[in-house]
Amino acid sequence: MSELPLEVLSIPAVAFPFEWPYVRSIIEVSLYVSTAAVLVSTLLSLPIALALGFTSFRGKGLLTSIITTGMGFPSVVVGLVVLFGVSNQGPLGSLELAFTPEAMILSQIVLAMPVITGVSLAAVSSVDDGVRDAAFAMGGTRLDVAIVTIREARYGIATAVLAGFGRAISEVGGVLIVGGNIVVSGESYTRTLTTAIQLEARQGRYETAMILGGVLVALVLLVNALVLRLGDGGGGRYR
Amino acid sequence: MPIQRRRFLAVAGSAAAAGVAGCFASGDSGNDGAEIAGETLTLATTTSTDDTGLLAALNEPFEERFGVTVHTVAKGTGAALETARNGDADVVMVHARSLEDEFLEDGYGVNRRDLMFNDFVIVGESDDPAGIGGESEVEGALSTIAETESTFVSRGDNSGTHTKEQQLWADAGIDPAESGEWYVETGSGMGEALTRTNEMGGYTLADRGTYLSMKSEIDLKIHVQGPVGGGPESLMNPYGIVAVNPAVHENVAYDLAMAYIGFLTSLEGQEVIEGYTVSDEQLFFPEALAEEPNFEQYVPTAWRSSSDDSPSGSSNESTDQE
Repeated sequence: MSELPLEVLSIPAVAFPFEWPYVRSIIEVSLYVSTAAVLVSTLLSLPIALALGFTSFRGKGLLTSIITTGMGFPSVVVGLVVLFGVSNQGPLGSLELAFTPEAMILSQIVLAMPVITGVSLAAVSSVDDGVRDAAFAMGGTRLDVAIVTIREARYGIATAVLAGFGRAISEVGGVLIVGGNIVVSGESYTRTLTTAIQLEARQGRYETAMILGGVLVALVLLVNALVLRLGDGGGGRYR
Repeated sequence: MPIQRRRFLAVAGSAAAAGVAGCFASGDSGNDGAEIAGETLTLATTTSTDDTGLLAALNEPFEERFGVTVHTVAKGTGAALETARNGDADVVMVHARSLEDEFLEDGYGVNRRDLMFNDFVIVGESDDPAGIGGESEVEGALSTIAETESTFVSRGDNSGTHTKEQQLWADAGIDPAESGEWYVETGSGMGEALTRTNEMGGYTLADRGTYLSMKSEIDLKIHVQGPVGGGPESLMNPYGIVAVNPAVHENVAYDLAMAYIGFLTSLEGQEVIEGYTVSDEQLFFPEALAEEPNFEQYVPTAWRSSSDDSPSGSSNESTDQE
């Protein structure tokens, strides 16, 4: 690559308007916040989805509809509520979380969890009862049965995780409110791709905003491709 | 949350003495630096100081000198002060004296200092369809806009600029919110309001700094100048900086906030402000090193009339003149 003349490499004629460390730090913060939030959300969501999928009890319908409602909950409201929570005056005030990446993760968890739970629940519910019965019949423990079910529903669960990730990384209102869009010495502290795009658009630099938008879309596509690829790799043996 | 006026004056006075003595400019701040190194200062400020790039220029030498980190949260003046009221910021830099006074009177802020100024300008489409450029006075220009029902874009976000704009309409005896569809509130930062004005056509009130820093992106011209361009004093735009009261929010980084205020109002900080240009135009004008210091800047306007007989106030004045 290095032997190629530079002119060939710089095919998009628009000069990239940012220093690379700045853009890299924004990408890193975006990925860190969204990935951490999705990991925590998945760990919390899967047991809930499995428990709900396996059992029936009074109020299950209500609980399911609460989760479904949460899937569409407005992110700015979540941001506002989380900011109240972590503010110096709020219940978590002593942790000094206002305007930190951790506060952003918290608000993204609240946003991603219903999505991951809801979509996983649909996937788990659609697993044939026969699979579970067979696993029980073979003397499997509850954990074994859960693992078998997760394997069967892995495509749906991967979709759930991706939907949660998409919701987290493309969300702007909540992270802006709790994160504060902070940059320190030219590198992002709580600035994500979405809040950077919002800032550029606010100042009328639409071309720059579009470039960052392209980076965001490319990132989402890349993550989706990776996760689906992983799902495929595991899938061959069981089909 | 009322506080003792005398105690407030004592605190404010000692800061005045420290600031005017220029302890940070004279280089004896090394000891303070050792204590606050590694800490993080959260600054709540307005979009205008952040969008113009001035803060980056100010924060870099401060961070280097004290070994600290500044986290800047940029919002409208009202929101910045609210963040500070909640104790989520250590220091606030804003430009709406009436809102700052309220903040001080309620006891949330201490040691306010005048920092710098620029001015507001009325900008609009370059061909000036309503013909407000002929008016040298703000009232005349605003009346013309209202009479011709030309689009006027308002920030509508309780920012310093929005507060000033509402005051100007009130001075002109017009209630724009009642008068029709030509008055558009965007509820957004200065940059977005300028962009919106550019797209919709019409006029807006802008601070000169943000306008200059965005000039190359938009096709808007100044039609009514502020005092920097020889216009009326009513368009003056003074910025103040206030530390959050550590007696109200004990978690705030008060020492660091005072170091920051000291640095910004020192010779070094003021020179950064004076030397900061965008396309060869100076955006802000330093005010802290005035020939004749205005000691009344430390207290809200409402408290000033009776402050003459205060013993702490007079002792400060004698200290300051040394």
